[in-house]
Amino acid sequence: MLAEALFFSAVLFCIGVVGVLTRRNAIIVFMCVELMLNAVNLSFVAFAQVYGVAGQIFVFFVMTVAAAEAAVGLAIIIALFRHRQTVNLSNINLLKG
Amino acid sequence: MVHNELPLFYVFHFYFFGLVSIISAVCFVTRKSPVAAALWLVNTMFSLAAMYVLLDAQFIGAMQVLVYAGAIMVVFLFVIMLLNLGHPSELADARGLWWKLAAGVVGVALLSQIMTLAKAKIPEALVLPEGTIARQVAETGAIAPLAGPLFHEYLLAFEVTSVLLLAAVVGAVVLGKRKERVHAG
Repeated sequence: MLAEALFFSAVLFCIGVVGVLTRRNAIIVFMCVELMLNAVNLSFVAFAQVYGVAGQIFVFFVMTVAAAEAAVGLAIIIALFRHRQTVNLSNINLLKG
Repeated sequence: MVHNELPLFYVFHFYFFGLVSIISAVCFVTRKSPVAAALWLVNTMFSLAAMYVLLDAQFIGAMQVLVYAGAIMVVFLFVIMLLNLGHPSELADARGLWWKLAAGVVGVALLSQIMTLAKAKIPEALVLPEGTIARQVAETGAIAPLAGPLFHEYLLAFEVTSVLLLAAVVGAVVLGKRKERVHAG
């Protein structure tokens, strides 16, 4: 099942990358990042079946980082929305110079 | 478990949930409405949880449902509704045709790179005997094989994780707070 799981994981990761590149809604871009994290978790779990349980423990840490990232990222999006009244990424160009 | 010994329903369910996850991910990326996109992503995460269970990671599957589909996606939906973004945005959300084509090319290139990497030879010394994890789960339950290493070898990482979560909570509160004094001054 390792090869199949890696295939599904790769496809999900690439869907996430395409989503990040094609969407302009900041929240959807953020959810695409979560999808990429999930795809990597699938690889970790599949490898854990072959290499030992450390892969599953790593998934724990990835989940924790994802939860922390979701909290901080959504707070940033709320702060940006207060500032600009939009979450469209083409209107958020504070760092563009 | 050796591949040709796998029961047919196991293989069928694995492919079934894999296909469901990919189809829901495609729907998630193409939906205009953020709420519909979030719900498709929840569907992807549920089918990923089912795949974790099929890959002998029952506890990770439960965590996937509780933490990802339960907690993280609920926070996303809260923010979507809090900011009243539930309707498809009147501004063009997706980028133009050329940008989409470029993104598709990048996606296909990345997919071929990852698939090439996945064909790499696995060093024999690292590979466990077939079915080791399944046997551990059958002997000691789904949690004990994870809890042992987590609180011995990875104890430092576990503690650092709690500091990370504390920092995230503080950061979220600071960022989410209204800064009226800054505007007044």
